[in-house]
Amino acid sequence: MDFGLTEKQIMIRKITREFAEKHIAPVAEESDRVSELDPNVMEKMKEMNYFGTCIPEEYGGAGLHNDTIAFAICTEEIGRVDASWSITTGVHCSVCTYPIYRFGNDEQKEKFLIPLAKGEKIGAFCLTEANAGSDAGGVQLTAEKEGDEYILNGSKIFATNGGIAGTLLVVAKSGEINSRKQLTIFIVDTDTPGYSVGVKEDKLGVRASNTSELVFQDVRVPEENILGGLSNGFRLGLQILDFGRITIAAQCLGLAQGCLEASVKYSNEREQFGTKIGKFQGIQWKIADMTTDVESARLLTYKAAWMCDQKMDYGLSGSMAKLVASEAAMKAAHQAVQIHGGYGLMKAYPVERFFRDAKMGEYAVVSAA
Amino acid sequence: MKVFVCIKQVPGVSEVKIDPKTNTLVREGIPSIINPHDKHAIELGISIKEEYGGEVIALSMGPPQAEKALREVLSMGVDKAYLLTDRAFAGADTLATSHTLALAIKKLLKETNVEQKYIVICGTQAIDGDTAQVGPELAEELNIPQITYVLKFRLEEDDKVIVERAFRTEEVVEIETRLPVLVSVVKEINVPRMPGVQGIVNAYQNKEVIYLNADDIGADKSEIGLNGSMTEVWKIFIPEKKVDHVVLTGTIDEMVRELCINLHDDKVI
Repeated sequence: MDFGLTEKQIMIRKITREFAEKHIAPVAEESDRVSELDPNVMEKMKEMNYFGTCIPEEYGGAGLHNDTIAFAICTEEIGRVDASWSITTGVHCSVCTYPIYRFGNDEQKEKFLIPLAKGEKIGAFCLTEANAGSDAGGVQLTAEKEGDEYILNGSKIFATNGGIAGTLLVVAKSGEINSRKQLTIFIVDTDTPGYSVGVKEDKLGVRASNTSELVFQDVRVPEENILGGLSNGFRLGLQILDFGRITIAAQCLGLAQGCLEASVKYSNEREQFGTKIGKFQGIQWKIADMTTDVESARLLTYKAAWMCDQKMDYGLSGSMAKLVASEAAMKAAHQAVQIHGGYGLMKAYPVERFFRDAKMGEYAVVSAA
Repeated sequence: MKVFVCIKQVPGVSEVKIDPKTNTLVREGIPSIINPHDKHAIELGISIKEEYGGEVIALSMGPPQAEKALREVLSMGVDKAYLLTDRAFAGADTLATSHTLALAIKKLLKETNVEQKYIVICGTQAIDGDTAQVGPELAEELNIPQITYVLKFRLEEDDKVIVERAFRTEEVVEIETRLPVLVSVVKEINVPRMPGVQGIVNAYQNKEVIYLNADDIGADKSEIGLNGSMTEVWKIFIPEKKVDHVVLTGTIDEMVRELCINLHDDKVI
């Protein structure tokens, strides 16, 4: 048993941390305020290959397709300063780009994967509807076959990256066999006529991340855009969510780490009753608990990522990682604001934003209620 | 064309701590970084390659841990990296260091038969030793022209080098020479790129750091490391702060008057 990271993983953490602190952290508060991702950061993120992290170099990616731990580290380090960016690249990579790499055929990889991996197009995974989401089988958006095309009708909600996406993976009801609903995943180019972006959600947290309603009105998709075979959507969808959970776990882990570091820093600066508040045992207990939670989340997240790389079934590990990490983030954010006292409510300190952002992790990629 | 860039791994702190008993730098718990000036040297090397072609080769002398620094510059886009590591290199002053680096460069040049067209780039100085001597000494060892404090660099007609040299900010001069040349660069010359994830993956999966010891470069043991050093460190200490500086406020007349009184009181005038 080896808990050590490789030199490559250590370097990826170091560089991603430097990048996030230098380029993302200074604009995170403003991006949160205006609910938009910063376009300059977007360009830099593309240059750094964060949109193709877990895709091989031959398809324009960074080459971490066999190193999910390193991918998790990228997501974690970005999440340490800004959950919005972490969820944007995390979702793009894990539940849109990576599935096309894993389940797509050569033509699909050539056409869709390369622009996604280079960040020329942003990807989204569209499962959730008004009556479906955690209940994946409840999908009502229909795909009707006509000639060698499928016609998509219906709408999706809460689609992360939806409003900024160029390529979508859409889970649709493609028919019934023996009165059992058949689901199929289609790769949809957002230039396709009949497709439109509906309401952009105004959210409590991860405000800079785009969450949108997507409307499909007679959207004609060629048959060759079916991902992983007709009627395979349910099985594939669950596998895609499995990988997505590692990403959300890593994002929450980063957020929890950010809360912990902000708390330690503040406790060593803030003086009350003639001493640094970090000298008080009441504060030390909180920080000890946060540290333990963060470490637990990290171990579970990396273990799930490791199992993925070992080609083991990581579904359960990923779910546990996501549960523990999302709860660790919420608890750490709560305690971080407590430690900051009244200042924790102020936008001058990032923990105010962390507190609002933390809640999302508990719902993303299936609710942990 | 070969572009050699020399880098050094240094302690990543602005204020060093010194062990009062041993008079040596306290290195425990201090992360190592690439000397900041050297990152600008690497950036120049990579941009020369991008513009004019060639191969960028990074060299560093240091303990095996310095491989990390070389992996980082490989991530940035350097093609090859050599780590000069040997117990016999330990304790080297700037002269022994530049001699060692020169032997390695000569060896690599001989191997590839490109005796004439090459560039050596160094950062002006390292933040730990701060001597700014290795670059110039290395040029002497290689017996090639040197231009220090380089602010701008361009190549023309294949081997004509035109640089702006900025020893002082108000005094920038343009200098021309022909390859081969050694330049040492100032921070203002460029903004070092950050390696992308793809670059890092490449650096660890497709590139290697080649270790060279004293025998590999054909070094005479009396000319390297402590034996080859002409200087000896007697003592390292943090200068004591003897006086506080004073900021004067008020109108110019008031400040001048107060300054004169202070200078008089301190028996400066």
